Amino acid sequence: MSTMNGMVGKSVKRVEDKRFVTGKGKYTDDIILPLQTYAYFVRSPYAHARIVNVDTGAAIDMPGVLAIYTGKDVEAINGVPCGWQVNFKNGDTMKEPKHPLLVADKVRHVGDAVAMVVAQTREQAKDAAQMVMVDYEELPVVVNAAEAVKPGAPQVHADVPNNICYDWELGNSKAEVDQAMLEAAHITSLEFVNQRMIANAIEPRSYNAFYDEANEKYTLYTSTQDPHLIRLLMSAFVLGIPEHKVRVIGPDVGGGFGSKGDHYAEEALLTWASQKVGRPIKWTAERSESFVSDAQGRDHVTKAEMGFDKEGKILALRVKTYANQGAYLGTFGPAVPTYLYGTLMQGLYTTPKINVDVTGVFTNTTVVDAYRGAGRPEATYLLERLIDLAALEMGMDPADIRFKNFVPPFDGTNQPGYQTQVALLYDSGNYEGVLRKGLSMLGYDDFRKKQQEATRNGKLLGVGFSTYIEACGLAPSAVAGALGARAGLYEMGQVRVQPTGKVTIYTGTHAHGQGHETTFAQVVADRLGIPMADIEIVHGDSDSMAFGMGTYGSRSLAVGGSAIVKSIDKVIEKGKKIAAHKLEANAGDMEFANGKFTVKGTDKSISFGDVALTAYVPHVYPADLEPGLDFTSFYDPTNFTYPFGCHIAVVEVDKETGKVELKRFIAVDDVGNIINPMIVEGQIHGGVAQGIGQALFEGAEFDSNGQLTNASYMDYCMPRADDLPMFETTNQVTPCPHNPLGAKGAGEAGTIGATPAVVNAVIDALWSGGHKVKDIRMPLTSERVWRAMQASVN
Amino acid sequence: MQIRVKVNGVDYTHDVEPRLLLVHYLRDVLRLTGTHIGCDTSICGACTVQVDGNATKSCTLFAVQADGCEITTVEGLSTNGELHALQEGFKEMHGLQCGFCTPGILMTMDEYLKINPNPTEEEIRHGLKGHLCRCTGYQNIVKSVQYAANKLKKEEVPV
Repeated sequence: MSTMNGMVGKSVKRVEDKRFVTGKGKYTDDIILPLQTYAYFVRSPYAHARIVNVDTGAAIDMPGVLAIYTGKDVEAINGVPCGWQVNFKNGDTMKEPKHPLLVADKVRHVGDAVAMVVAQTREQAKDAAQMVMVDYEELPVVVNAAEAVKPGAPQVHADVPNNICYDWELGNSKAEVDQAMLEAAHITSLEFVNQRMIANAIEPRSYNAFYDEANEKYTLYTSTQDPHLIRLLMSAFVLGIPEHKVRVIGPDVGGGFGSKGDHYAEEALLTWASQKVGRPIKWTAERSESFVSDAQGRDHVTKAEMGFDKEGKILALRVKTYANQGAYLGTFGPAVPTYLYGTLMQGLYTTPKINVDVTGVFTNTTVVDAYRGAGRPEATYLLERLIDLAALEMGMDPADIRFKNFVPPFDGTNQPGYQTQVALLYDSGNYEGVLRKGLSMLGYDDFRKKQQEATRNGKLLGVGFSTYIEACGLAPSAVAGALGARAGLYEMGQVRVQPTGKVTIYTGTHAHGQGHETTFAQVVADRLGIPMADIEIVHGDSDSMAFGMGTYGSRSLAVGGSAIVKSIDKVIEKGKKIAAHKLEANAGDMEFANGKFTVKGTDKSISFGDVALTAYVPHVYPADLEPGLDFTSFYDPTNFTYPFGCHIAVVEVDKETGKVELKRFIAVDDVGNIINPMIVEGQIHGGVAQGIGQALFEGAEFDSNGQLTNASYMDYCMPRADDLPMFETTNQVTPCPHNPLGAKGAGEAGTIGATPAVVNAVIDALWSGGHKVKDIRMPLTSERVWRAMQASVN
Repeated sequence: MQIRVKVNGVDYTHDVEPRLLLVHYLRDVLRLTGTHIGCDTSICGACTVQVDGNATKSCTLFAVQADGCEITTVEGLSTNGELHALQEGFKEMHGLQCGFCTPGILMTMDEYLKINPNPTEEEIRHGLKGHLCRCTGYQNIVKSVQYAANKLKKEEVPV
């Protein structure tokens, strides 16, 4: 990689921080427009009920009320669409019931929106919403995916038999896998739940929409991860208004974690109503609303079996998963438990036969969609739990069994990629390397001695491993299209060189904590040899940039950064022609380095700034060249990227209470080339904390009536500062062979690797004390661990 | 009801509804939007400001309860355009990502370091208990506070 200015690989402090630490960040709810009005939603308190009547008579006369809309008012408008298609095994298209902007006939989950009140103030809107009288007729409820497919289960949608959205499989045939299992000396099998998670970005969802009558144009400010995608879906698929008459702005966004990637009904409703009301309308979710209306994550019920020969070599893997999709399909909903889950079942191992079978199911619960990692944490949890458990059951060492099964190292350039049984071609990897590094950081031999000593002293000490791989850099459009994506997944990057040589970069990705304004500027500074202060990164405004697919799937640097590099290359190429003309040389003889165009082998040179000025003041200029120095590129990757790594957790379990103390957490991540090590480390930290959160603290708990019983920050337990140790992190670097930056993506790695490492460590600790427990349902609360110990034979 | 408050050194008098929360007064009336709302229920700490020097979750107080008080928000933390040691620490040690929870944490830690200028790692983690950050995993927040504590100590010692 070029390091002309030496900016790549440096922990440059973030340029965006100053505004955030001084309170000058501009999040959607911070924006108050002239004549601002406020919306409040009437939401269903029931998980499943027929709407008998909605009476807005009393509410409409309340002070300050401007309008009230119900399901009937929006019946003619399309629902919010799903961006991915999954097919049944027989080729039939998945069931895709309408997800209406407001419900008219029956509510299908607690929080389903029934009416929207618009008033002059937030308080007036809320007061009036309480006066909207809705008569419900309660219906039977189903919340669990495996229950929902059984005959006689309540039907969420009349036209979706047995609540089955799709029934999908991938890999080798069942017969092949069955045959391979027959030859297994040992089969480890596990039935488990990957519990439902709630992303809980600290900034609640917030939207502010207005209609400019003079230009017949709509503007929507939205706390989103993908403004252009929202514009496309909302204008073309929901509201049927011309795309060029809609501007979508994603200003500073207070965390996304997947839940802000969806196109939400509230976005379309506010935009639609802003024209009718004739004033800007703002809505910001209260946290209790976020809990029932933000897309949630995970929620699988799975049975998996892994067959081994007597040496511990994996022969086959069989997976059956019921994936809860919630009451409707989210934007990415059906892709998560299929294309982002089934395709990862190879893991890091040479498993020759794999069959994964997934049934997507509707239930009377909030929509399930992408949550950090999205599908890949579920796959990794399955594989890493199985292989660790197999080691315990077979009396083997969990590190040794992995070394036996790893795909050997390959760089993807001199050796080809690795073709999996489940549709992916891994780009490059050195899987042994990350485990070796992790073991050395842990001091593995020493640890096992300590563990034996702990056992002698009546303590339960355990270590858990997780060696993971993920598919990131979403995504090659052709592959994504073949998989069912209804959009391309390339990215746009524009480099606008100003006449003075300052540079403005427009990217179609969107930062909501990832620090793109710094990382991307480092890439540009490095390649153009100009100071970072001369570069501005602009994102998040559909009127400023040509297009964009947004930020999710750890794609921004690998795909969005590569698009910027393409444009930089074009700037340099044109710059060479301009410089050659000025210096009376051949363009072919020009070279560009350190911000200067030089005639090879001479001291004749011209600075980048002078070339920029010449491009805009083209008095002495090549006849066949257009003025200006401004390029837009679209980068469509040729493959996914495949970051991987090794996470290791050390825990001590209290024998008396079952309390788990996380003593050490080691993360060795290979995310390809690194532009800013400080930012990558920060991404890993945050991901690891969320992964540990799933293992030990978090999980949505629906009761049999479909009520989310822990719908507040008091009840939904997220990790706090004193729940976590100092993480020990490092990197291995195996460059991505197919993008110009060699980057693979770092946003989700932590979440993917951490969860099984922690659970495996608890299981290991219990086994060390003679409790041969196979599984404990996450989160591993003291009570659950204690009960598991009591139930096991000691 | 009429309230008189001093916010970041400036005196204000306003007529407010009795049910108006202090956080909404700061954000909507004074347009000091650096103070954020994350949970509405005094758990996440994003709305923390200082009321008469005490770190206070401003979604838990009515504006009328702050009548006669002196309030400092994140906008009032730096002086003469120079970053406060904590602000500098968070920038230097990558103590923030999306930045949404950051102002509240700064206001709590500003008070905390006055009470405990030499905190251990464990004490800082305990001091952060009233705050949720979903981005950082807290490690770099701890380091940022340590950075600020060290800087403040150096500033105190006359050269």
